[in-house]
Amino acid sequence: MDWTAFSVSLQLAAWTCLLILPVAVVVARVLAWREFRGKSVVEALILLPLVLPPTVLGFYLLVGFGSETGVGKFVAGLTGQTLVFSFLGILLASLVVNLPFAVQPMQRAFEGIPANVREAAWVSGLSSWETFRRIELPLAWPGIVSSMALVFAHSLGEFGVILMIGGNIPGETQTLSIAIYDRVQAFRNDEASIMAAALLVFSFVAIVIVNIMARRRLLR
Amino acid sequence: MTRIRDEETLAAREQGSDGLHVHISQRQPIALDANLTCAPGELLALVGPSGAGKTSVLRAIAGLLHPSFGTIRSGGVTWFSSEDRINLTPQQRSVGFMFQDYALFPHLSAHDNVALAIDKSLPRQARDERTRQLLAMVNLEDLDVRKPAALSGGQRQRVALARALARDPDVLLLDEPFSAVDQMTRDRLKRELVALHGKLNIPIVLVTHDLDEALVLSDRLAVLYAGTLLGQGTPDDMRLRPPSRMVARLMGQTNVFSGEVVETASDARAGRLRFGDVDLNVSATRGWSRGANVSWMVASEHIVLHRRDRVEATAGENPVAGRVTDFARLGDQAALRVKLDAMPDAILNFKLPHRSIARNGIEVGTHVTVSLLADGIHLMAPDA
Repeated sequence: MDWTAFSVSLQLAAWTCLLILPVAVVVARVLAWREFRGKSVVEALILLPLVLPPTVLGFYLLVGFGSETGVGKFVAGLTGQTLVFSFLGILLASLVVNLPFAVQPMQRAFEGIPANVREAAWVSGLSSWETFRRIELPLAWPGIVSSMALVFAHSLGEFGVILMIGGNIPGETQTLSIAIYDRVQAFRNDEASIMAAALLVFSFVAIVIVNIMARRRLLR
Repeated sequence: MTRIRDEETLAAREQGSDGLHVHISQRQPIALDANLTCAPGELLALVGPSGAGKTSVLRAIAGLLHPSFGTIRSGGVTWFSSEDRINLTPQQRSVGFMFQDYALFPHLSAHDNVALAIDKSLPRQARDERTRQLLAMVNLEDLDVRKPAALSGGQRQRVALARALARDPDVLLLDEPFSAVDQMTRDRLKRELVALHGKLNIPIVLVTHDLDEALVLSDRLAVLYAGTLLGQGTPDDMRLRPPSRMVARLMGQTNVFSGEVVETASDARAGRLRFGDVDLNVSATRGWSRGANVSWMVASEHIVLHRRDRVEATAGENPVAGRVTDFARLGDQAALRVKLDAMPDAILNFKLPHRSIARNGIEVGTHVTVSLLADGIHLMAPDA
């Protein structure tokens, strides 16, 4: 087991979950309840990483992250660091890649809250924030947990985009899935098999959590 | 000093600072045109067919719908004014709103559903105490830990009512409060509402499509059709003396006909109405002059069956003859349809105690004479 790669993966997954959570809640809530021009375009953009080949996504992120252009230039000016081949870079890439996994279950969860339940909260005198905290959040909670489980498992296992952006730098950008690829290339299958098994278990547990939460939502 | 204050109160009342005053209109997205008032302690029923805009009016009062034009005032406070660009949020309006399907918070116990709506500035203990009082008032004190899914329909309705009252609202709004429960529960809940209505000194607006419910429960009744308020008044006024033919129909009156005023007394307190080839005595011509074409109606309760052996009728009665085309038994009553000789197109609908049907040997095809009581004949504008 490559503990350095394991630690990179874990950090990547944890940071991705932490940072994507507030963004996804806001986006999911807006998509669930608001009607606006270009809504289907926005929805399509969020879903795009699901269908796009990781190399295509990785290529565009690489271009965008380069120190000559937009985001890359901004971050370089801010931190003196390039986004390409850095942990920060793969974290940003991971956020983009995981957006559909984060938004979709939450959007379904918010859509499942009847409009008049929120209205009942308002006419009961609850402010928008109180309504969110006391009514919406608890009711959407299974969906939010599902989202986070999916994002966590998926960012642990993400391969293509990470490789394009981050390369294969141990301790910086070499995640478990890249480490597995690395070992297999070097014919060290026994090391790869342990890591593969670890990812398998993680992914399985994530799916179980998602299913349990989905059932809990149905039962209510 | 006291006198001055009394006069001020009186003036304020005349300006309508008391109770609920709603005057709203819009064309889009749904047409609305309603002008209604509800005094403190008064129960106003909004009736009309489905899609008439009843719920929309209620939502506008609560601040859940933003009409294009108009004003909404409660207890002298302007909640909404399109002219002054005032539009208080639902939170700022002191309303208790009971939704048709109750819209309880599914993840919270009955206790928490109610407690959440109580003023947050109160200390926790006072909030708990108030919650217990409210649940006791609706007889749910023993079920306070249950979530909505574990409550029956009637119990959910009570939680919703307790929650609507938890804010000590200035206005109570009830949207079809009895539609989601069975008949037996409904009757009990109605009695409870009547008792509650006696205790609450706030305007209560009840939306219902059930006319009988509105007639039994309300102090006043407002009739909506296609988003437009067609009239409001006491249940008897709206039922027996509706302002228009349309309202008469919406109030369930089936004996609505056309006629011509042929005679009016100078004080408008008596007159004669030509209907087919008979003249009917009426007690009030309500400003219609001779020669006017009018619509008129007579309610079932103002139709009297003549005994066969009795021929003479007094001036207050208007005997008309016809043939029974069918009758249906409804419990201890029977609903009769009589085709009039004077006007073959006109069918008279009325109810009689079943025993008088039996006593008079009435069956389909029997020729009968009935009196249309002059006091009960009500004249309205002709069909538009």
